[in-house]
Amino acid sequence: MQKVNLCEACSKEKGVEDPKSFALADLLLGIGASEEIEKSAPTEKCPVCGFSQADFKKTGRLGCSACYVTFGEGLNTLLKAMHKGTEHVGKFPARAHHVMKLNDRMRTLNENLQKAVAEENYETAASLRDQIKQLESELANSL
Amino acid sequence: MKLSSVLATAGEWLRGEGPHHQIVISSRVRLARNLRNRPFPGWAKKAERGSILELLRRRVEELPEMQDSFSETLQELSALDRQVLVERHLISREHAAKGAGSAVVINRRQTLSIMINEEDHLRIQSIRSGLQLKQAFKLVDKIDSALEDQLEFAFDQRLGYLTACPTNVGTGMRASAMLHLPGLVLSELINQVIQAVSKIGLAVRGLYGEGTEAMGNLFQISNQTTLGEKEEEIINRLSKVIETIIEKEHDARQILLQKKPDTLWDQVGRAYGVLTYAHAMASKEALNLLSIIKLGVDLGAFPEEQRLPIDELFIDTQPAHLQKSSQQKLNAEERDHLRAQIIRDRLKLFPKPDITKMARQSGNGSANQPSNNE
Repeated sequence: MQKVNLCEACSKEKGVEDPKSFALADLLLGIGASEEIEKSAPTEKCPVCGFSQADFKKTGRLGCSACYVTFGEGLNTLLKAMHKGTEHVGKFPARAHHVMKLNDRMRTLNENLQKAVAEENYETAASLRDQIKQLESELANSL
Repeated sequence: MKLSSVLATAGEWLRGEGPHHQIVISSRVRLARNLRNRPFPGWAKKAERGSILELLRRRVEELPEMQDSFSETLQELSALDRQVLVERHLISREHAAKGAGSAVVINRRQTLSIMINEEDHLRIQSIRSGLQLKQAFKLVDKIDSALEDQLEFAFDQRLGYLTACPTNVGTGMRASAMLHLPGLVLSELINQVIQAVSKIGLAVRGLYGEGTEAMGNLFQISNQTTLGEKEEEIINRLSKVIETIIEKEHDARQILLQKKPDTLWDQVGRAYGVLTYAHAMASKEALNLLSIIKLGVDLGAFPEEQRLPIDELFIDTQPAHLQKSSQQKLNAEERDHLRAQIIRDRLKLFPKPDITKMARQSGNGSANQPSNNE
């Protein structure tokens, strides 16, 4: 992987004067980067910011944080080749930590609910549903 | 705080008091952070970029570390002032090219600089003198935690902090150190070192980062990857590699002193001669010669009190600093004359290089080399 800053003269020399005909993504992120991203959702645009894979090809940058979901499949291959690992093991924002805990609790509640329904324990199920509802709104507020 | 006050005082890193400061000029750590579900600066429409700037600038200025800070939009800064900030490594070259909708906030000590709407919404950078990567990280980490209380950063449980460029995803952290390695360059070992460093996933770059050439025997070493490794691990790995390079540089200097003292003496003498008498000096030539004088100070050929004036010349002779001090726009030729003049003036106070002292000192102080004259 190699990153390059080009001045006007150099960009002409390297034949990147027409940005439309040249995939800047390849230059910035390594050959094949623009192809990788095409694997996912060929015509799709990011629902949050309207960024398309053609835009990625042109700039080598993404449009917003939601693009990581929109173009997830192609990006994963790219990230794998680019980085030491595929999963973040570093710092977590305290807020994300809080959401993670809420998600864990949600999972447990849902499991218990299924169990309660299976056992026809409707009183417990109703109470669990209430708890889930409350947790859902708490989660919505945390995001 | 005004820009003129920023420029009047040298930042902590320019005073060169940190550990291993003879070889490690500065340590920098930056974190890239973005707001969740808001378009990255490069994709945001002008109005949205403006509203993001407004929100972030307020939060950044409120930080306790940013009391009495310098805060300005890039639009309000002249091209020359932006270039001066680049030469001080307080903003990136990319940021200097930005116009409306971008800003920079710098703390009083010039150890912390926060770029708003660079490639990412926030680039939080700390720069320190010498090898102080851990201290630099501690500061940006603290700032990040304080900002995260107020703002919702784009974060994914699997991918970590989400950034405009996939190369920064994960920790969003780039840690780097600027090393002065004349010994390794003179003994032609530098390429070996660069290759070895590249092989272990670290990047070596020139003076102003990506895509710039190495001048003045200055090299920037930084982590290449940001996903799959903890911040502390990256910093530790980088620090260890840098410590090894420092050792190699000291060794190279020792060997030069023992095996090729005449070559070394010749280099120092020539650099001194040219800098003292030249009347036109391009920026690159100045950096290369000043590098040799700095090596001369390290090796004792010049008195220790001359270290700071030389270190300052590295910055003061850069194109934008020159023009700023002369308070006028200069063409390349005029700059070269002025540069030579400033250097000549400062070297007037310099004693001639003393070879006998140079032979006695070793740079890292560990060895007691027999002097040629004793």
